[in-house]
Amino acid sequence: MTAPATTVRSATRSSRLDTTTTERRHVPKRSGKPDPTAHLSAAQVESLGRELDALRQEVLDSRGSADAAYIRRVIGVQRGLELGSRAVLLFSVFPPAWLLGTAGLSVAKIIENMELGHNIMHGQWDWMRDPKIHSSVYEWDHASPSAQWKRSHNEIHHTFTNVLGRDNDLGYGIMRVDEDQRWRPSNLGQPLWNFVNALIFEYGIAAYDLELGKQLQGRGDRELFRRDGRQVLAKIGRQMRKDYLVHPLLSGPSALRTLGANVVANLVRNVWTHSVIMCGHFPEGVETFAKESIDGETRGEWYLRQMIGSANIEGSRAMHLMTGNLSHQIEHHCFPDLPSNRYAEIAPRMREITARYGLSYTTGTLPQQVASAWKQVVRLSLPNDFSVRASAGRLLRRVGSSTVLRRRSTASAVAA
Amino acid sequence: MSLFFYAPSTPLRGVVRALASVAGAAVTPLVPADYLDLIAPLRRGADLRARVVSVEAETADAATVTLRPGRGWRGHRPGQYVRIGVDVDGVRQWRAYSVTSRRDAPDGLVSITVKVVPDGRVSRHVVHELSPGALLQLDQAAGDFVLPAAPPARTLFVTAGSGITPVMGMLRNHLDELADVVVLHSAPTAADVIFGAELRGLAAAGRFRLVERHTADAGYLRPEELDALVPDWRERETWACGPTALLDLLEEHWAAGGRAAALHTERFRPVVITPGDGGTVSFTGPGAVVEADGATPILDAGEDAGVLMPSGCRMGICFGCVLPLTSGAVRDLRNGELVTATEGDGVRIQTCVSAAAGPCTIDLQEAS
Repeated sequence: MTAPATTVRSATRSSRLDTTTTERRHVPKRSGKPDPTAHLSAAQVESLGRELDALRQEVLDSRGSADAAYIRRVIGVQRGLELGSRAVLLFSVFPPAWLLGTAGLSVAKIIENMELGHNIMHGQWDWMRDPKIHSSVYEWDHASPSAQWKRSHNEIHHTFTNVLGRDNDLGYGIMRVDEDQRWRPSNLGQPLWNFVNALIFEYGIAAYDLELGKQLQGRGDRELFRRDGRQVLAKIGRQMRKDYLVHPLLSGPSALRTLGANVVANLVRNVWTHSVIMCGHFPEGVETFAKESIDGETRGEWYLRQMIGSANIEGSRAMHLMTGNLSHQIEHHCFPDLPSNRYAEIAPRMREITARYGLSYTTGTLPQQVASAWKQVVRLSLPNDFSVRASAGRLLRRVGSSTVLRRRSTASAVAA
Repeated sequence: MSLFFYAPSTPLRGVVRALASVAGAAVTPLVPADYLDLIAPLRRGADLRARVVSVEAETADAATVTLRPGRGWRGHRPGQYVRIGVDVDGVRQWRAYSVTSRRDAPDGLVSITVKVVPDGRVSRHVVHELSPGALLQLDQAAGDFVLPAAPPARTLFVTAGSGITPVMGMLRNHLDELADVVVLHSAPTAADVIFGAELRGLAAAGRFRLVERHTADAGYLRPEELDALVPDWRERETWACGPTALLDLLEEHWAAGGRAAALHTERFRPVVITPGDGGTVSFTGPGAVVEADGATPILDAGEDAGVLMPSGCRMGICFGCVLPLTSGAVRDLRNGELVTATEGDGVRIQTCVSAAAGPCTIDLQEAS
């Protein structure tokens, strides 16, 4: 304690802590699509924010031992299931044991990533002050180290949700999932990229959290990348040693079958989590926002963006658990730190509020939402104004163009 | 990695270590303890915990909780306290209570005795809601309110309310070694005396002289009365435990009598945090001290003073700025909720939405 005391007046406080909204602004996107919230006055946006704050407070006030018991029960069940499945897989040379063990391990890995990992890292359970169920220490069964995931997901994605150019979750930088994202020829392959990404999703996320794409383009902080990269590789090494070496070897004569079981379980987990996460923001009806539209954004405006920028999945309680309650994506995005087991009970209230304020509440069954998201991926792999003639012309011009500058002017000419 | 088996001899140790590293590799990113904790939370090598064996009422608002400590428990010296971590409404709260059991209890059980304090959510939970089978977090016994190795010839215990609890620990364990003992205990009424029956029984058996002061009728004990109540108090080594006001008076009195060295006190006073609006924020690690108002997030206050702090969304959603609050009080700017902490509470706060509510200390050491 040597530094002298100084008096501080803050100038940097985030506008998103402000609950007062005094004006409505709309920054149109490139497409010039109309503002889906144009019918709301500043006062209405402010009161929407206050209503959601009150809803959040209601859950905080009733948070207690039942919630704590819930997360501990899920942890117990998940660990029991994982251990049990791995024990069964010791005898995976027998087909029924392989099937049972693989199914159990797949489910255990999904629950660990979704209801436990994702949500604990969000700080949903920090309030319990249990040092083992805390966002600052929890490490998940996943290729991406939790610290890097928290940065790209909790911080960037949840703050800048669906803001074009700010939220890279909109297509993960490899796809175009919104008409206001610029079309590039590489988007033609995006149905394939999306399929491959689903299969290797955990590594896709690790690369994404690492901002690998940025590095490949020669941008980004080299030193940070090297440091983070070492951590990712070390973690992937430990993950692979566990699934593809230690457990197979422990299985003795069942080694190869156990290896296969682990490959399948990771594959199942990858495809499932990819599908669920795709349903969060890609389906039709979800809104995106221009980069400049969030300057000076207030708390009410942030809530508004989260509500119409997310999509839910309808289904059974088991489905909600297996999605880590990301099926309540709208509720999760408005209140990312509320315990996941409470989203279901506030969902009807949220739906009522969105209806009252004349806002969309995008939802559907899992097959519907997955189909809708895939439809977007396929449809947007082509330019917005796609027709054979226009595209042939554009392709010819593109081939003819040699500089970035010319390409840009051509694109804007086409857009005009 | 800590061993999860107990290795009895050197040759085995290598095998155990190898097994432990295989187990570690098999459960990464968890550790074997995460699984073992579900099955055997009291095993050797685990974080210290205790299972509640029984909760027995002592008075209307006090109870003795008997605990089976984990195998890592190192025992206690009579008069010492333990800190227990108990989940109240799902939130882990740490409190210190005196150990009152015999040290050589054949079953290895340990008892603490707890009195409900006004507005005390934790003590109320422990006395009225805790049930056998519950698992608590436990720290090793601590405190220097203990008798010396060579027992004094004449002893005086001055206690009030729950202040009798550490003294009961001493009496139950050391009474045979103490020749001449006076216990001067204050409680509102006879029925409020914790361990009343046991104390009176021992006194009736001539093991010590018991002076009960029932303050509802007779008022609080005044040190000037000591000459009448315990005429030879100056010749006695004295241990006193009770409310701060009483202890302050006793210390003055003993000092005035030139006997300050003969008085040993134990203060149960919890650290009193008086929440305010804004305050001095100390950052352990960089060692910076900042004055911040009640509307400024601690993150902003720290950064403005040049403190390098972890940060993220700056709106309370990403938990990238979470740091331990080691002492003091902060207020959540979103809803005004107050969070207080004392050393060892393990409270972590979001600095981007928390403002100082009085003096507070933020631990930046682990963040760097």
